[in-house]
This record gives sequence, structure tokens and C-alpha cells, in this order.
Amino acid sequence: MSLEPLQEQIREAASRGAALRIRGGGTKDFYGNEPRGELLDTRVHAGVVDYEPTELVITARCGTLLSELEKILLEQQQFLPFEPPGFGPTATLGGCVAAGLSGPRRASAGALRDFVLGSKILDGRGEVLSFGGQVMKNVAGYDVSRLLAGSLGTLGVILEVSLKVLPRPPAELTLKLEMPEGKALESMNRWAGQPLPVSATAWHDGELAVRLSGAESGIRAAADKIGGEKMAPGQAEQFWGGIREQTDPFFAGAGPLWRLSLPSHAPRLELPGAQLIEWGGALRWLKTNADVETLRVAAARLGGHAALFRSAQKTAQAFAPLPKVLARLHRELKSAFDPAGILNPGRLYAEF
Amino acid sequence: MGSAVPEIDFQRQKKVAGALRAFLPERSVLWQEEDTRPYECDGLTAYRRVPMVVALPESEEQVQRVLKTCNALGVPVVPRGAGTGLSGGALPSGEGVLLSLAKFMRVLRIDPVARIVVVQPGVRNAAISDVAAPFGLYYAPDPSSQIACTIGGNVAENSGGVHCLKYGLTVHNVLRVRGCTIEGEPVDFGSEALDSPGYDLLALAIGSEGLLAVTTEVTVKLLPKPETARVVMASFDDVEKAGDAVAAVIAAGIIPAGLEMMDKPATAAVEQFVHAGYDLEAAAILLCESDGGTAEVEEEIARVEEIFTRAGATRLTVSRNEAERLRFWSGRKAAFPAVGRISPDYYCMDGTIPRKRLGEMLNFIAAMEKKYGLRCPNVFHAGDGNLHPLILFDANDPEQLKRTEAFAGEVLEKCVALGGTITGEHGVGVEKIDQMCAQFGAAELRMFHAVKAAFDPKGLLNPGKAVPALTRCAEFGRMHVKAGKLPHASLPRF
Repeated sequence: MSLEPLQEQIREAASRGAALRIRGGGTKDFYGNEPRGELLDTRVHAGVVDYEPTELVITARCGTLLSELEKILLEQQQFLPFEPPGFGPTATLGGCVAAGLSGPRRASAGALRDFVLGSKILDGRGEVLSFGGQVMKNVAGYDVSRLLAGSLGTLGVILEVSLKVLPRPPAELTLKLEMPEGKALESMNRWAGQPLPVSATAWHDGELAVRLSGAESGIRAAADKIGGEKMAPGQAEQFWGGIREQTDPFFAGAGPLWRLSLPSHAPRLELPGAQLIEWGGALRWLKTNADVETLRVAAARLGGHAALFRSAQKTAQAFAPLPKVLARLHRELKSAFDPAGILNPGRLYAEF
Repeated sequence: MGSAVPEIDFQRQKKVAGALRAFLPERSVLWQEEDTRPYECDGLTAYRRVPMVVALPESEEQVQRVLKTCNALGVPVVPRGAGTGLSGGALPSGEGVLLSLAKFMRVLRIDPVARIVVVQPGVRNAAISDVAAPFGLYYAPDPSSQIACTIGGNVAENSGGVHCLKYGLTVHNVLRVRGCTIEGEPVDFGSEALDSPGYDLLALAIGSEGLLAVTTEVTVKLLPKPETARVVMASFDDVEKAGDAVAAVIAAGIIPAGLEMMDKPATAAVEQFVHAGYDLEAAAILLCESDGGTAEVEEEIARVEEIFTRAGATRLTVSRNEAERLRFWSGRKAAFPAVGRISPDYYCMDGTIPRKRLGEMLNFIAAMEKKYGLRCPNVFHAGDGNLHPLILFDANDPEQLKRTEAFAGEVLEKCVALGGTITGEHGVGVEKIDQMCAQFGAAELRMFHAVKAAFDPKGLLNPGKAVPALTRCAEFGRMHVKAGKLPHASLPRF
């Protein structure tokens, strides 16, 4: 597959200093700061390059549909353990890695970045670079591939990614428990410290859902310990799909949705608005009109950060400002990868 | 290779030591050769160099000042933990300061509810699990040198262990690294939350071999200890069959807690050493561990036994108790010292290959044994494709040494050709710096240098390690173990 047209587009834009808006299926246009610049469509570069189920690695090009990738894995009873949200049927692998978002299983299985083994990118000079590889253990060179996860396309056009995949758990069971917020936070943290196969948690409005994944026997024992009401399998699948893709009724509405990433044991929030808690307490979605400063200060005080995830009006920078030294390192890295500053400028932070 | 006689610029030494003495006590600045000589090498003893000055700060503020001072004077700084590394990552610079973090030995905080421990970089890997044990928790990455290696070094090398396939490497188990830039500024990569705004600099810092920042504090994630663990030991009359058996376990949807292989020569060497009752007739032995709840483990072990039988195992034994489980592992864990007993010297390699290429690789190594007239037993982290071929030779015979180097060079090139890597877990350091040229092209190497410059514009932090200068692409290097003696010889190495 020729990369020449993409390279040419980058070189040409770099020579003019013209911003490029890197885009796959466009399902995450809402995420981060406003996209701007001329379109660079990654969907021209699509397809699975290599997949050997017994190696637990899949390599695919950026334009590959996330849904197609998951279908191929499902045929072999494997999956992406970090359950990335697609936010629409046109979501691509490239966008998924660039956004770096993980779904309900993140607290137990790890984040998207944990499964990135290798990558091929086009940097801001239009040069093809390969980092990492297709093996689990590899310490040659800086881990640039993981750095790309969540970089929102600001370091390079992600051309190809190798991801570690895992076998699907043989069994799953979701339990529902009535529980106030404080007790839910306490319980989720306590369970996480015990050898229980908890693979996802979601609390909203006095109800806690707990998903168990693994061997049948382990799940049965854990269910006895945790208690609550068992959800029908179809219903459970739909429920977790709704949390992952944000089609759950909680996420409906046009008001601002904030994402607070906090230490799992952080106490309950003293902030106005409706809340949904995931990741054993480490992720708190807040539908609120509270002002940006209040939210950023509250999150920082609790040891985390607040991002404006979705909002009809971009009333604030999407991500919490960086401390001075980190901000400098970000700028320096950005200019190493993209000296002309043309790749998705401003999407992550206004300054670059 | 380093020189035995230090070539120190005494005037420069005096100036640098004096500048450090302005804020460090006398015992924390070493410059006389008798004091600095112990720092001349790490676990890779083939490379030695006496540092110009050794600094032993004991607070973060002192680390900051050491770095500020060196940055101002343009002095290279080499950070060092316990010095157990196998790739020469802590080899000193003759014109530089060796920054030892050995005094940073405190566990700062353990929070069993949050399942985290905050430690200073000089805390030993195994000590973390020790402090977590009363809460039923542990720190998962278990490099074989875990009783001696420190978490600071683990962060620098992104250390693994025998349980990586299921539990990940250092990068998967560390939440936050606090460090100092070469300019002496403190900086936090990551936090106790599961992600941070902006680029994932935590992932970049881990495995950066001390080239980007000096680690002063680490927050690690703890996991609940599995209820139980058992291991299946299986014999195969053919290495390819054993390789296929590994693939069959994965294909069955099983992720074992550990999956290790030894070939016949390695088994023979370790059996002599530990008398664990290994099958000496087997062409290859597999050890497959399952952990979790009791019922779950029983179920998984039964499935593994069935898979191994179908794959043609000639003998199967399952550990019946903890003592037996440890006995089955004892030989595998003692593979390096055991091999050290049957040969005057050996070279250890650390390549990783896709698992499916294992048979091809072992055949290749067998052909190289004939070609070079040298023996090469193999131990293998089969679960994640990480190979440790051990070439046996006698360093007193310069001709043998030459053959060994050529042999190892071909094997590592083969790793890259098979789609693998030159180093799975030992790091590049100085040892594999030339092989980086086989692994990466000029464009990638240029980018690595640019990443380095973003953190360390003057190139003072651990210079000459991990990433080769573009002008440098020569022969391949590897770990040379003199007379079978590793430094820290009592440490298990696998």
C-alpha cells in the first residue's frame, strides 16, 4: 500500500505551515479541543496486516474499522481487553489509539496503552518511522508506541499498530446491588484488594453493577461473596455496551459531560450534578454546569484531573493545564515529532 | 571495553568534587580510587570504568542540587541503583559523576485500600512484596534478581520476570514515577489516578535506561495474592512439539501465570546442580503454572495436562504442594549458575521472537553450534517469546571468544529477522548498543536522539547508552560471564 500520497500531503502542508486535521471515521470529533485544518483522511490506509491468534498479537492499519477488528478477533474467541469505545460504527483503529480511551474493563485488564506493542507512523516531516514490534517483551529503544496512545494525532499520523490481544473470558456474570455512593466506593476498593474476578464496575443513582469474568468456578464463588441480584446475560451485555459507548441513558442530554480521573479511593465528590462512577472508583463522569476552575481544582486536590469530555459549547480547554516542567517537555516532544507544528495543532493543548 | 587504569583529569575531578561538597557531607562524595573502584561496573562485568566522582545523596533536594551542579559544569551523570543490570546501563563515565541512589531505601507509604506503595528508588523489588504481604497483596513484576535489584533500576529497564504474560512488565504495574530532570527540576510522570492529561510520559520514562530523568520516587500498584498456584511439568521428545504445545495452550484460551521451556542440554546442566528430578531423556521440558482460586486452578491444570498429552508429552507431573511447585521451578531459576558450572565462561543472549518461530530459531541455533563448534543450551520464557541462549566457551582461548561473538551476533540478527527484538528484558545499555543499528533505521534513531534532547538538551544523562550515535554501527556485543561467575553470584538469574 503506497504511503506516497499521505507523505506528500504532509510534506506539502509542512512547507506551507498549514494545519492538518487527521481524521478517520470522525466519531471522536467531539473529543479534545476543536479540530482544525485541512483534512487528512486516514481511511485510505486500511486492513489487517497480520493476525496469528496463538501469538496474541494483531497488527492492522489505521483506517481499519474497529468493529471489523473486533469481529476478526471474536472469530478466534479473542478480544481487545481494554474495551475501547468506538462512539459510532465508523470508528477506526487509528482514532481509537490516538484518543487512547479505554472502556469498563480498564481497571482490571489495563488501558489501551498497556496493549500497544508497536507502531508505524508518519511524523510531521512525512517520514515513516517504526517503533516497538510484535512481541510482548521488547526494551530496545524508547517506548514511543505507548507515547502515541492518547496523543490525539499531535505527534504523527498513526499508520499501523500492533496490539496485544487476549482470549475472551469463558464466562461472565453481572450483579446488581443497591448501595449509596460512599458504601459503593468502599466496596469497590475492598473487592479490588481481594483475589476476585471483578472485570468492571458502574455505580449510578444508588445502584452498583459489578461484572465478573473468568472461569465458571471462580465466578460462582465470587458471586456468593459479593451478593446482589444476577442480571440476565443479554441484559448485562447491553448494559455494559451502554456504559462503554455512552449510549446509556445517563449520558443523554446536551449539557457538558466532565470526566474526572481520580485515585480509586478518592472520597465522594462534593460537586453538583449527576454522576456515574466506573473503574472501581477511579473514573467519575459528571454532568454538571459547575465552572471549569471549580472542577479542575477539586480533581487536582483529590490527586487526579478533570477533562471536559463532551460539550455542545467548548467553554474551556478540554484537558487540565500541565505543570511548567511537563508543559515544556510536551512542547519539546511535539517539536521533535512535528517541527512545523502542522499535525492536529491545538487539539490536545492550545499551545501546540 | 573499559580500561583497568583510570584516566582521570585530576583538576576537573577536584573542581566537581568540590562543587558537590558544597552541599553534600564528606562521606557522600567519593573521588579517591579506592572508594570509586567498587562502582566501576554493574552486572555486566566485561565493561569497567572507574567514575571520576561518586555522589551519594540522601534527599531529593540533594539529587536536584547534584544534577544542577553537573548541568552547570557540563558533567555527565550516570544514575545507579543496586548495580545488578546485565547490559551495562550503569557503566560509569570516566569524566562524570556516578549518582548512586543506594541511600534511597525507604518505603514512604503503603495504602492497602488504594493498593499502592510509594517507595524510594533504592528499595529492593522483593522488599515491596514483603511490606505488602500482611495485606494479602504483592507487586507482580518479579525479575530473577528481585532479592537485590531495586525499583529504580526496574523502572529504568522496564523489568519483567517469569509472570509477564499474565501480569505485565514494570510499565503495567507502576502508577507514578517522580524524577528530576538534568536541570534539577522535580517532575511527576503519572499519578495515583489511572491516567494523566497530555502525553503518556510515564510510559516513555519507564524503560528509558536513565537517559531522560533520575528517578527519586515510585508509586507501584499492588495486586491481591492469588489463593493458590500449581505447576505442570511436561517432557517432550522433540523441541518443535514442545513449541507447538505452547501455542496450543494459548489457542485454548489459557493465559498461564508462567510458561517456561528448557532444552535437553540446559536440563542436564540444571539437574546436576539442583537434583529436582527433571527428565534427562526429554528433548525439551515445559513448566506451566496456573494461579487463582482453588477450583479454577484445578480446572486449568486439567486442561493444560490434556493439551500437553495431545501435543505428545512423554511425561507429565503436577505439583501436589507448594514445596513441590518450588522444586519444579528451582532448576529453571538456577539455569544460569548451573550452566556456569559446566563451562569456564558463557555468553547470555536476551532476544525475543514471535513464539511460532521457536522451532526455526532452535534449529538455527543447532546449526550455529555445528558451524562454530560451540555448545549452546537454551532456556526460554516460552510464554512471551523471550529466549536466553547461553553459548559455552573458554575465554582463555581468544579464538573461541571470537567464534562465540560471531555465533551470538548471528543469533541476535536472526531474532530481528524473525520479527523479534535484540533485547526482551535486559536492556540495551552499552552491551547491545551496536545491535540497535540492526533493529532500527537511521530515521528512528534520529527520533530517539530528539526525544532524549527534549528531556536533556546537553546530553549529560547517562550518555553513550541505549541509543547509538548514527555514526556508530559496528559488531554486536553481548553479556560475557567470566569463569561462570556473575557479579552477585548468589542471585538467581533466569
